[in-house]
Amino acid sequence: MIELQDVDYSYDGGTLLSGLTFALPAGSFHFLTGPSGSGKSTLLKLLYAELRATRGSVQIFDQDAGQMSRDEVAKLRRRIGVVHQDCQFLDHLSLAENVALPLAVQGRPIGQDLQDLMAWVGLSERANARPPELSGGERQRAALARAVLLAPDIILADEPTGNIDWEMSQRVLTLLIELHKLGKTILVATHDMALVRAAKQKVAARVLRIKDAQVQLAGAEL
Amino acid sequence: MRALFARIEAALGFNQGADRIVPPTGFTASATIFASAAMAFLAVFALAFSFATARLAQTWTSALAQTATVRISAPADQAQAQLAQVLEILDQTPGVASARALSEEDQQVLLTPWLGPDVPVDLLPVPQLVEIAQTPDGFDAAGLRLRLQGEVPGAVLDDHSQWRKPMVASAQRMRWVGYVALGLITATAAVIISLAAHAALAANKQVITTLRLVGADDGYIKGAFVRRFTLRAVLGAVFGMLAGLLLVAFVPTKGTVVLTGLAFVGSGWLWPLLIPFICAGVSLLATHFAARSVLENLS
Repeated sequence: MIELQDVDYSYDGGTLLSGLTFALPAGSFHFLTGPSGSGKSTLLKLLYAELRATRGSVQIFDQDAGQMSRDEVAKLRRRIGVVHQDCQFLDHLSLAENVALPLAVQGRPIGQDLQDLMAWVGLSERANARPPELSGGERQRAALARAVLLAPDIILADEPTGNIDWEMSQRVLTLLIELHKLGKTILVATHDMALVRAAKQKVAARVLRIKDAQVQLAGAEL
Repeated sequence: MRALFARIEAALGFNQGADRIVPPTGFTASATIFASAAMAFLAVFALAFSFATARLAQTWTSALAQTATVRISAPADQAQAQLAQVLEILDQTPGVASARALSEEDQQVLLTPWLGPDVPVDLLPVPQLVEIAQTPDGFDAAGLRLRLQGEVPGAVLDDHSQWRKPMVASAQRMRWVGYVALGLITATAAVIISLAAHAALAANKQVITTLRLVGADDGYIKGAFVRRFTLRAVLGAVFGMLAGLLLVAFVPTKGTVVLTGLAFVGSGWLWPLLIPFICAGVSLLATHFAARSVLENLS
């Protein structure tokens, strides 16, 4: 589903990621860990074609992300749900409209799914609030709801539990596990090792660790 | 003013569907509406000016082409004889519908604007004028001129062509000036709307990034911005057109100066209704190209 071959990513003369070669098979569940600034977010951006590798090939759904046109990238992202670290929202729209954006850009009607999802992440009563009125945790939950609304094939989450309490982070984890059971491919970037441990008790998750600009597959030592 | 525009936009349904992704406020919204209104207002006047000059050229062409004058400068004792001879010649000339010797009162009326009402014109050696009305086919001016020259030496035919042609040419050039002004107004509107669209797109970089994140393609983003700007431009153009039409309707139309004839006549009043449509087309193209450029730069 996702395959990287000898991928480098450099900027301003520095190499952030080097020689990455790994694959995320369809239906797999991975965590991506590593210290702050190690390149977790950058790697995720390479996987949803926000950034282009400076060397090597990133294959997503058997397509080379480096060769895609903007419209091809747009189509690709309809199959990938992204929970962005800084939860990008349109401040002039309500929370419900923001969560429904993936439907809107495809011209699809808003159905019961949206309300169910909003209820599931505990945001039903905040549906008409504007994003600037929300707390960090509420924004994070809304970002997650938006990412999974269309039940995409791949879900890439960048610190999805960074601003929420333990109880809510367990609910988020449960949602991701349920999606995984439906055959979705999940990659969660986090430095919350407690979340990783909790997940490994419920699902066969593997851990990718970024160290010295390279990705290592961590073993059972976690 | 901005709040007013926002309320009008909401009432007109500008915030429906995909257009909602474009933030409704910001200086570009007011700038687009104001610029379109100003350009439409000026376009109404440029159009009225073009039509007025076209009418003027037509009037001069048709009215003056149908008339001519014979001027008789003869000693007092021969004046009546030469006048009678001229009238006889004119009576025999094909293409002359009628010929009438101007009375002293008529000549007084003609000269008053130049000499004032107190000058005793009857004491001045003013030449006798004969006004000729032509048939639609007209007469042979060169032939008549030669005949008058031979038979009535004091009579000179003036078919007005010497000063009529430059005046008509001048009026026609002024009409083109009006058209050029319309072209410049359209181009200026395109530039202003394009700049406003550029600014709006650049200011909404975060909106574009978010939309791309959830799978919006360039067509969707471009379409939303183009629709929003086109609707704003049309709204402004309608305001400007109505204001222009109102003002043109109240410009006095009586008088002799060109500008006092600045009005639409008959079906001419329908032409300004095209301005909002033209503005929509201009805005659509300007925003389309601006959006394409910004989206390429943001990728």
